[in-house]
Amino acid sequence: MQLESMYQEIILDHYKNPHGRGLREPFEAEVHHVNPTCGDEVTLRLHVQGDTIADVSYEGMGCSISQASISAMYDLVVGKTVPQALEAGEHFMTLMQAKGDPAVAEKLEDELEDAVAFAGVSKYPARIKCALMSWMALKDASARALSAAPGSSAHPATAGSSAHPATPTGGNDR
Amino acid sequence: MTQTVSRPGAGAQQVPLPLDVEAIRADFPILSRTVRDGKRLVYLDSGATSQKPRQVLDAERWFYENVNAAPHRGAHQLAEEATGAYEAARATIGAFIGAPEREIVFTRNTTEAINLVAYALSNAATAKEEEFRTYAVGQGDEIVVTEMEHHANLVPWQQLCERTGATLRWLGLTDDGRLDLSDLDRVVNERTKLVAVTQQSNILGTINPLGEIVARAHEVGALVLVDGAQSVPHQPIDVAELGADFLVFSGHKMLGPTGVGVLWGRYDVLDKLPPFLTGGSMIEVVRMEGSTFAAPPQRFEAGVPMTAQVIGLAAAVEYLQGLGMDTVEAHEKALTGYALEKLAEIPGVTVIGPPDTVARGGAISFVVEGIHPHDVGQVLDDSGIAVRVGHHCAWPVVRRFKVPATTRATFYVHTGYDDIDALADGIRAAQKFFGTV
Repeated sequence: MQLESMYQEIILDHYKNPHGRGLREPFEAEVHHVNPTCGDEVTLRLHVQGDTIADVSYEGMGCSISQASISAMYDLVVGKTVPQALEAGEHFMTLMQAKGDPAVAEKLEDELEDAVAFAGVSKYPARIKCALMSWMALKDASARALSAAPGSSAHPATAGSSAHPATPTGGNDR
Repeated sequence: MTQTVSRPGAGAQQVPLPLDVEAIRADFPILSRTVRDGKRLVYLDSGATSQKPRQVLDAERWFYENVNAAPHRGAHQLAEEATGAYEAARATIGAFIGAPEREIVFTRNTTEAINLVAYALSNAATAKEEEFRTYAVGQGDEIVVTEMEHHANLVPWQQLCERTGATLRWLGLTDDGRLDLSDLDRVVNERTKLVAVTQQSNILGTINPLGEIVARAHEVGALVLVDGAQSVPHQPIDVAELGADFLVFSGHKMLGPTGVGVLWGRYDVLDKLPPFLTGGSMIEVVRMEGSTFAAPPQRFEAGVPMTAQVIGLAAAVEYLQGLGMDTVEAHEKALTGYALEKLAEIPGVTVIGPPDTVARGGAISFVVEGIHPHDVGQVLDDSGIAVRVGHHCAWPVVRRFKVPATTRATFYVHTGYDDIDALADGIRAAQKFFGTV
């Protein structure tokens, strides 16, 4: 069985007991991302204090990979600066493009912590988008939070949700 | 792990299958390959696209190796032969659904066939030829669809309404996945210009009572377009019996190549529609100031057509005719009944759609309690079982039944009881893997 290479114990743990789940206030940006081929969804709020990510809160529905990925990302980015979090996102992207190469995962172990467990997902092209959805949402939310005027009060109504595909892939069956 | 409760008549019954599955499998080269480290390929995704028998592949190769030329052009022997082969294929495919060849228009797929009609209806409003304005759709008109349509038979009509100011209305669904026809007479009314409805739902498997819908539509003077993408491959169809104005289907879902689909239209209707795509070979006379158009079906076939694919589709049709569409239908009905019983034996599995084989095709969507449909699909894939997961291009249906997505198994002529047993075992393996039982 190759399944265990994708569904690492750590991933299943995050799926069954997600960290940081739920939408909380305050926040400077809220985004809504969907995966149009499978219907996975995440609503993600980002709260930044100064340069540091004070909280990432979220609600979502989707497969174990998509939901566990958000939970692992939460652990990794809260407390980091926005540029550090975006860098972690780049590392995660590199991991997803590694086609299961263990050397890549080994190199990124320190940077990605639990999220390195998603290395096995990179062998399954159809599932990579599941793992990436939360990171795309975080990137989007960061851009929105940073473009909001500094010092402005929390959750401006206009920061509202935006809906756009995280990683569109052709999945139509005709 | 699980217990099957014994009750009279319980237990999945294997009635003898009408088709010789082993002999048919030998015709499909891809079924002899293995997947995921040497596992037998259990292909339960024919609803997305079907596999191709050698006869279809041979027909395409024959065309390219012996005849290849652009049909309806050129004075050379190859062009003559290519035209002959292309038009002979049109006749074969027409006969398969009881239609004369002049009513068969080749498109890229079902999606393009539906778009062809939708754009013809909006182009009609501004056509300079008066007769092309016969079916024009505009403000105050209504288009009717159903809540179970594939996106291909929904989005083009939404867009038509946005272009023309017409209003989109739809028939809803009952909890067991049937069309709710209780307000048919209200939804389909004197303002209705066209009713677009699927014959077999690609996600629920439901076979719709088209007679009632066609009768009501024609009573109020509306056209009827039937989406046959999931019915033409699986049951005998005769357009005269169907009574609709258009029938659309895809070659690739009926053992044929990708890149070819069919629009059948009643000739008197096709003849009054303006073109959709324009260009070469669909014209009558071209001058710098403007052009006139050929009669159907050429009016709707701009450019060099997908000739090899059309010839491949004719070979697929002949293959299906060799098996007999009545037999194909009976085969799938036996499999569907068996699969529904097998799934009912697994605790935590819920089928989304009609629970029995009455007016039901072989698309079986299900959810497994506590496991996301993607994860179910992934565990099945690990055993070599190919199913579809997600919303199946029918997002409103998934929303209607309040599930995030479904896992879907679909059957065809090479499907046997062993495939369905593998599916049931795979679902139990998923439950074990995710610890839900």
